[in-house]
Amino acid sequence: MDLTTFLIQCLNALQYGLLLFLVASGLTLIFGIMGVINLAHGSFYMIGAYMAFALAPFVAATVGGGFFTTLLLGLILAVALGYLLEWAFYSFLYTREHLQQVLMTYGLILVFEELRSLLVGDDVHGVQAPDFLSGSIPLGDMMVYPVYRLFISGVCLLLALGMYFVFAKTRLGMMIRAGSTNREMVQSLGVDIKFLYRVVFAAGVAIAVLAGMVAAPVSSVYPGMGGLVLIICFVVVVIGGIGSIRGALLASLLIGVVDTFGKVLVPQVAGVLVYVLMAVILLWKPDGLFKAG
Amino acid sequence: MRAQLPKFLFVLVSFAALAVFPHVAGNFGVDLATKIMIFAVLALSLELLVGKTGLVCFGQAAFFGIGAYATVLLSPSDGPASVATLLPLCVLLAAAYALVVGALSLRTKGVYFIMVTLAFAQMAYYVVHDTPLGGGTDGIYLMMKPALGDWLDLDKPLVMYRFTLACLLGTFVFLALLGRSKFGHALAGIRVNEQRMRATGFSTYPYKLAAFVVSGGIAGLAGFLFAVKDGFVNPEMMSWHISGEVLIIIILGGLGHLRGALIGAFAFALLQEFFRSEAIFGEFAKHWHLGLGLTIIASVALLPRGLVGIPAQLFGRKPGTHSGGALAQATPTKAGHAQP
Repeated sequence: MDLTTFLIQCLNALQYGLLLFLVASGLTLIFGIMGVINLAHGSFYMIGAYMAFALAPFVAATVGGGFFTTLLLGLILAVALGYLLEWAFYSFLYTREHLQQVLMTYGLILVFEELRSLLVGDDVHGVQAPDFLSGSIPLGDMMVYPVYRLFISGVCLLLALGMYFVFAKTRLGMMIRAGSTNREMVQSLGVDIKFLYRVVFAAGVAIAVLAGMVAAPVSSVYPGMGGLVLIICFVVVVIGGIGSIRGALLASLLIGVVDTFGKVLVPQVAGVLVYVLMAVILLWKPDGLFKAG
Repeated sequence: MRAQLPKFLFVLVSFAALAVFPHVAGNFGVDLATKIMIFAVLALSLELLVGKTGLVCFGQAAFFGIGAYATVLLSPSDGPASVATLLPLCVLLAAAYALVVGALSLRTKGVYFIMVTLAFAQMAYYVVHDTPLGGGTDGIYLMMKPALGDWLDLDKPLVMYRFTLACLLGTFVFLALLGRSKFGHALAGIRVNEQRMRATGFSTYPYKLAAFVVSGGIAGLAGFLFAVKDGFVNPEMMSWHISGEVLIIIILGGLGHLRGALIGAFAFALLQEFFRSEAIFGEFAKHWHLGLGLTIIASVALLPRGLVGIPAQLFGRKPGTHSGGALAQATPTKAGHAQP
């Protein structure tokens, strides 16, 4: 492996890791703060990817196209979807035991997959990257690196920074952090915890949908894509420590590196490497790398 | 004792109905019922962990798959294997893997435990998926189905049905007796409050490990039955979808009760068949997941104690006043939650 290939793989690992982080951060937030095991989180990623595919022609027909217009529209729909779902399906789950939540969100996965099949069909679709991002940057003599992948990494980094800012520096972030530690106490201090939960959930959904939308041109869209992402994101969440955003970031980058380089260096066992990594880390640190709280 | 009587009668009637079922059903019915009973055995194995001990294992498919692969790989190609040697061997192999997995993963708790068991199951999955050992992604066929003398030829569907029913009954009785034993009470204590069990002088780790190994062995038995029934195994048997499906089955049925696993297995499979039937839904039958998903959501919303809790809900009995009692009453909010 020469230096250029190594560099390219590093960029790929970074891009994959950051993308995982976006989806996993929503999962770890919803789990850490609301205490809900949300199996349907992978479906939100899938919905995002399909939105990128299905909304683009619609946006092109109504306002004459525009990549960022599509993203914005998807984001608005995602927030609305998250808000509605929390109200209809999740709000009565908080007092139930975790396994009831598992059952419920499993039902939601089935429903989302079938609705997807009814609305868009079961074919694999490619999604076009916008023209101004579809070029490549030459690296060395032979290799090129697509601009769009750099764009994905950039978007993810921006969002990660934004999340850090909201969490660490704003009043809302303070309430969320407090709510994750002691729900009753925050409530008695006069914070509308139900509304807070709804906001967190909607934000988690929106981030997952956004991740799906920006990833669609690279990954293409296909049935079952949500399930794959879900399991890997759970791996990220437990490696990082449940509820820890910092842990999720480190764990997703770790998995990005292990998975990307595993596929290049030892393709025979690449699939299992991530799970070996998780088992080793959890046997070494049974509560993940960073325990929240 | 009086409260136990309806439950006992329910189980008795169910098994009696299963025993006479082949006389009234056609080939399709017998085949479907055999498959459901195999999944019921698998569900019972998980119920021992989740419902009785409070350990949520997300890797049950690995033990199921190991039992099934062992059945095929250990069968001689020139004649039928003997059930009397092959079956215990498959159960032992699955239990042996459960011993390794349990010994390591029981160091973790809650959601971390769920994910570690998944990790070990995925490792087993990739071993059969990516190595030539078990035919890779294509899977392998079982050439000669095992038998025992002339009277137990598992190649015949009806014999297979009765053998599976006997295994299901045996598993059920075994687990029911286990639940009433000292060992079973210790497991219940661990489920309700492990700290307190430790404080009263129980070393809880060996108990949990023993439960894990027994559960793995029973899942291996289910794997054996599955391989013999279909005469074919493939890596998908070990995928996390199967682990998830079994978990769904026992939650749907109702945790903390052995009959919940039975009811869940039948309800889940029959719901699938119902929504998949073209006679009822016509063209729409290919979107059967939609109906299944909505039914599951409705069952969570309306039946917090699972299907097994319906009579109690209808007749307004208070939950958990006697015996078992689902996980719900023991740990209302923070079961498996990471926060200290």
